[in-house]
Amino acid sequence: MWRDSLLMAGKDLRIEARSRVALSQVAPFGVIALVLFAFALGPDQGPMAAGAPGLFWVAVLFSTVLAIQRSVSVESGDSARDGLRLSGLDPAGVFLGKTVAVAAQLVVLEVILGVGVVLLYGAHIVDYWLIVGSCLLGTVGLAASGTLYGVLSAGIRVRETLLPFLLLPVVAPVLLAGTRTWQAGLTGGTPADGLPWLRLLAVFDAVYVALGVVVYGPIQESA
Amino acid sequence: MPGRLWPPQSPPPSALSLRDVVALSGRFPLLAGVDLEVASGETVLVEGPNGAGKTSLLRVCAGLVPVASGSVRILGLDPVRNRTALRRRIGFLAHAAHLYDDLTVRENVRFGVRAAGAPVSGIDRACERLGLTGRLLRTGTVKLSAGQRRRVALAILVARAPELWLLDEPHAGLDAEARGLLTELVAEVSAAGATVLVASHEPELVEQLAHRSVTVTGGRITSSRTLGGRPRGIAHVA
Repeated sequence: MWRDSLLMAGKDLRIEARSRVALSQVAPFGVIALVLFAFALGPDQGPMAAGAPGLFWVAVLFSTVLAIQRSVSVESGDSARDGLRLSGLDPAGVFLGKTVAVAAQLVVLEVILGVGVVLLYGAHIVDYWLIVGSCLLGTVGLAASGTLYGVLSAGIRVRETLLPFLLLPVVAPVLLAGTRTWQAGLTGGTPADGLPWLRLLAVFDAVYVALGVVVYGPIQESA
Repeated sequence: MPGRLWPPQSPPPSALSLRDVVALSGRFPLLAGVDLEVASGETVLVEGPNGAGKTSLLRVCAGLVPVASGSVRILGLDPVRNRTALRRRIGFLAHAAHLYDDLTVRENVRFGVRAAGAPVSGIDRACERLGLTGRLLRTGTVKLSAGQRRRVALAILVARAPELWLLDEPHAGLDAEARGLLTELVAEVSAAGATVLVASHEPELVEQLAHRSVTVTGGRITSSRTLGGRPRGIAHVA
């Protein structure tokens, strides 16, 4: 399973390195979302700084949908999905590999959006550990749940519109926990303010990684 | 993870065993009660008109289409319970080449071979055999013609050296040279003891190699005839 996941992650990241969709489309989309939020909130930096944690995670969530769409579409051309099924790769390894590849792209995206939040919204990071911890745990949860719902929608013609509809409600806990942790990390709250939310993110990660390892194969076969 | 499975240490008595197999797409019957036994090392030509169920038969054998009723044993194994292990031993050349456009020819072949758990040492020889050399190996598959893509898909199969070859219209899209090469390859793997199932509308290209021909009509096997073929298991893949 681990060998297969490394092979799969390597393949997806190599494809991303060639096509640069994450860097040239997904990341700019996230930045544009941040800029539009700033326009909507007006020139006063007070509301922008206060809303920065939530706006950051909303931008990450929307960008995640695009990254997952891309991860799914990579397997759509030339019936590659059938090829993947025929390849002999362990489905759990395929799931973990695709999750790792999406997570790696999201980490880069979050760094870019994090810088954007600081520059555009005037946010000041007080507790870096909370910020980094929430980003890492949130990334794993978003990548795992997104990969799972991505394969669920893979064989459906209207997957482009169905995926956000399925995924966004499911990742609401990541939005909530991520936002609360960022609020603690930006306002200088005590670690106790952020730790319960980090635990929630860790539980979310564990649930979706375990679920994906178990059910990705059957879903892939029926998609 | 199973190790390299070629050549088979203890070949099963029957490479393919389908009994009264019914497969559906929604409520539409793809196969309507297929009975087929293919011995290990046998090469069988599958004939029939368009929509008769030839591709569906191959997809059932590859485990891509679930059966609604009947029993299927592939290389002695249940294709549902032993799906992953079995697929490493099966090579399926389908209408699509199953390639990633953003990867080069060599990267696609390498991925296909490594995914099946086969050694990468055979990649260079397989690519060379299929005429995939020089700059072509570093070319993105998005730039290839349909025939070239088919050559890449074949190179993956040759490098993997599966025990069971499922070839769906293998000559489609290939030029005369590649068609000849494909015929040679089928003869070699068949002579080496691999089991081959070829669905084709051009029986004249395969009949000389096949031991038997079956005709699929309306999702059923309606006739079977013995062909010349070559004696089984007398040579090795070059």
